[in-house]
Amino acid sequence: MSSVQSVQKTNDFVIKFANINGTGSASANELFARAIMGMGVPVAPRNIFPSNIQGMPTWYEVRVSGEGWLGRRGGCEMMVAMNPQTWDRDVAELAPGGYLFYDSTKMLPRSRFRDDIVVLGLPLTDICTREYADQRQRMLMKNIMYVGALTALLDMDFKAVEGLITQQYRGKDKLIASNLHALKTGYEEAKAAFDCPIGLRVERSDMVGDRIFVNGNDACGLGAVYGGATVAAWYPITPSTSVIESFSSYCRKFRTDPNNGMARYAIVQCEDELASIGMVIGASWNGARAFTATSGPGISLMQEFFGLAYFAEVPAVVFNVQRGGPSTGMPTRTQQSDLLACAYASHGDTKHVLLFPEDPYECFTFGAQAFDLAERLQTPVFVMADLDIGMNEVLCKPFDWDDSRRYDRGKVMSAADLDAGKNFGRYLDVDGDGIPYRTIPATHPTKGAFFSRGTTRNAYAKYSETGTDYVYNMERLRRKLVTARKLVPAPVVKKAALPTRFGAIYYGSTSPAMAEAFAMLEEQHIHVDIMRVRGFPFADEVVDFINDHDQVFVVEQNEAGQLRMLLVNECEIDPKRLVRVLHYDGTPITAGFIAGKIADAVKQDNVTPLRKQVAS
Amino acid sequence: MTYLAKPKLLRPDTPKNAVGYTKRDYEGAISTLCAGCGHDSISASIVQACFDLDIEPHRVAKLSGIGCSSKTPDYFLGASHGFNTTHGRMPSVLTGAAVANRDLLYLGISGDGDSASIGIGQFAHAMRRGVNMTYIVENNGVYGLTKGQFSATADKGSKSKRGVINNDTPIDLVSLALQLGASYVARSFSGDKEQLIPLIKGAMRHRGPALIDVISPCVTFNNHQGSTRSYDYVREHNEAINRVDVILPRDKITASYAPGELRRVVQHDGSVLMLRKLHADYDPSDRVGAMNYLQERQAVGEIVTGLIYVDSSAEDLHRYLNTVETPLNKLGDADLCPGSKALEALNASLRCNP
Ligand SMILES: Cc1ncc(C[n+]2csc(CCOP(=O)(O)OP(=O)(O)O)c2C)c(N)n1
Ligand code: SF4
Ligand SMILES: [Mg+2]
Repeated sequence: MSSVQSVQKTNDFVIKFANINGTGSASANELFARAIMGMGVPVAPRNIFPSNIQGMPTWYEVRVSGEGWLGRRGGCEMMVAMNPQTWDRDVAELAPGGYLFYDSTKMLPRSRFRDDIVVLGLPLTDICTREYADQRQRMLMKNIMYVGALTALLDMDFKAVEGLITQQYRGKDKLIASNLHALKTGYEEAKAAFDCPIGLRVERSDMVGDRIFVNGNDACGLGAVYGGATVAAWYPITPSTSVIESFSSYCRKFRTDPNNGMARYAIVQCEDELASIGMVIGASWNGARAFTATSGPGISLMQEFFGLAYFAEVPAVVFNVQRGGPSTGMPTRTQQSDLLACAYASHGDTKHVLLFPEDPYECFTFGAQAFDLAERLQTPVFVMADLDIGMNEVLCKPFDWDDSRRYDRGKVMSAADLDAGKNFGRYLDVDGDGIPYRTIPATHPTKGAFFSRGTTRNAYAKYSETGTDYVYNMERLRRKLVTARKLVPAPVVKKAALPTRFGAIYYGSTSPAMAEAFAMLEEQHIHVDIMRVRGFPFADEVVDFINDHDQVFVVEQNEAGQLRMLLVNECEIDPKRLVRVLHYDGTPITAGFIAGKIADAVKQDNVTPLRKQVAS
Repeated sequence: MTYLAKPKLLRPDTPKNAVGYTKRDYEGAISTLCAGCGHDSISASIVQACFDLDIEPHRVAKLSGIGCSSKTPDYFLGASHGFNTTHGRMPSVLTGAAVANRDLLYLGISGDGDSASIGIGQFAHAMRRGVNMTYIVENNGVYGLTKGQFSATADKGSKSKRGVINNDTPIDLVSLALQLGASYVARSFSGDKEQLIPLIKGAMRHRGPALIDVISPCVTFNNHQGSTRSYDYVREHNEAINRVDVILPRDKITASYAPGELRRVVQHDGSVLMLRKLHADYDPSDRVGAMNYLQERQAVGEIVTGLIYVDSSAEDLHRYLNTVETPLNKLGDADLCPGSKALEALNASLRCNP
């Protein structure tokens, strides 16, 4: 094996941990990732996990990127192979010259290895048996031990890792001691067994800055707290469940009355998603800020209620943490495949407001803003996160909040307004923006009551099947959704170094991969302006951007090109000008994929001029 | 139909209740149901009950599903906010509303199709969650609005207007509610206002989930020979176990009741349910006994009516959720938003680069 041309890289590699679910590896792996960030080197870790609790293979992929690229890169220079079940595919996945670290307690035949990789075996099980008497400790400490070994192998700062452990278990001295012991043992055993460090190294840097490391679901839950949500109704579903867990724990912290321990919030676990959205609608109708968190199958169940909220004009906030569909699909893999299901949810002519956060920072910001939008527009608002940003810790901008900001409760008539004799027509377009005034139940003893319903009505909320009443209402709703274009977060544009006739549109968790692809393309002198869409209905700038370019790539993580369909449909764009760049195998999209597709298309396009192609 | 406002002219001597409202103030739009429909009688009983209880109409939120029965909230309490939701899903919307504002009275109106067929899941869960509400099922054994198909409460062997025999076992919402933990369970008949009005009053003063299953004949599709929900059939098979009077804390107990056949139940708000027993051995505080009794009487074809079960010390969902006294929908920015300082501290704890 000495002839192997081993990979030599500093602050730029991917290391993958192959583990068995439920063995305690997750916290050790995260410790490893945090330790690298503690050295000022950006890291993008991702969990790849099954839909089981115990005994199934899981992987934790850590991209170390001194340059700060946070998208998935693909490939792998080092494998920590701790799962015999997946050994062969894990070994196969390594790049030539890569490093295989494994538990060498059990001898494996030569045929199970490769000739073109560096093999680093440490008898972890034996060492743990030697060091710990307790069976459970042996299993858990093995994980910390390999982190210790990696600290030596990758030339990481041992003190920094130690510090993290002490911090993590503060107050639990016994745990600190046993973990530190495992870390140190692993470190020393590796130093003794191998020529440390290997060709992959972590070198101190200052690229992390003041960024925070948090997952999107946590941020959504926190956003709901800051956004003033008081009612959460939900039904468990991967990958959205932790949004509610986060809301619950932040509420316990921030919303418990210090005097009597009572809750300034309510969380109801429902019998299904129909009940979840029903409760959200009931609570919002009654003037509280309410939300649910769900994923594809839940969205499907909620359809009838979305139509009610749209037509009766009741605010509702839905965090949709998207996963692979259709049906149960790939419950633990990521996709952006619910756009159409949400944008036009329910029967009849409906249209809904969607927000596309790119990372946890925007999960928080949009999460809070969604409540303002829902009340301003009196309609459902969907925060379209996905598993990739929802369930992985992502390095992002710290959260911020302007204390002078007040909740926008929208057009609500008060008792004083009613007493002043203001004309209250629940579905009357007073201001020309399509948004009517509403009253909250019990506002006034004799004025302002009305009957909400999903059936047609006139502007004064009286039942009506008259065509003109119906049309008035539908046209007003359309106006309202036009108003929404200006209220949703505006798109973000990045211009290429030189003027170009190519553009690319992308959204949500595709963001870090797109940023990197943009840099890759620029390096190849392929110039593409990029626009990140952050809301639906589309702002006018989106149409302008498309019109400013001959060809626009629409980069998405679904099979059908759902954003592209929305663009064609909503902006009346010639479909030929929108080129699909689609990635949908359940893994997060990579920069290499995007840049490759775009480069190919641009090169081909340069051979056949666009004009001619269109004319033929 | 076109909307017709009722004339608001009142005679000066029209009686007012303690909160200054006339009975007319509790009425709603003109009903569009078939003449003679049992549901309209229930609406009238609700109007009377709310008037008698001195409830300010705007303190009531009325919610319903879809069906002839679910249309009725438009026809009473016109000064209350109402919400005609989707078929079978009123319980969840009502639950959300009740969670948002604990200070209002929640009145859920549903049909047997709405609650026992499409909505049985939501019905069950709202009961077991302990939502503080009065839940009235206007039970006619058919889907009135879609023209007379059997609902899940139709009795086995009963005959539809078209001559079809129902072979499915009926769902008894009263038995179900008892099992699921409803703390006020009653059954009545739309044609018996004397029994129904006090039962509604008792339910509205009750804390916790209160179900009233009201047999309410559909004159158009289920009032024929062979139906077990016709006026004639119900009158013949009605087995009333008690008669209820509701006495508010401010009222003096004046009526003289013969001792021995009376039972006083004091509810959490001080109102008193006076139960005139018609069956000497019936105990409405015994959930298991109530279930047994219902099954026995049902087996011999009797429809038990009256206050079947009451737990006057029941808790409700807000207690379980431990929510603050101030309704959640009244909390302001300062109560809800932790602010930038707290966020800064949180950011610090989420940094990897100390
Ligand atoms: C999802 C859905 N399915 C079907 C219907 C049609 N539908 C309207 S009312 C009704 C039955 C109502 O029966 P019930 O609740 O007993 O009310 P009733 O008319 O008898 O008072 C049905 C099936 C509907 N509105 N929504
Ligand atoms: S169809 Fe039956 S339930 Fe419906 S209004 Fe007529 S009588 Fe009443
Ligand atoms: Mg019915």
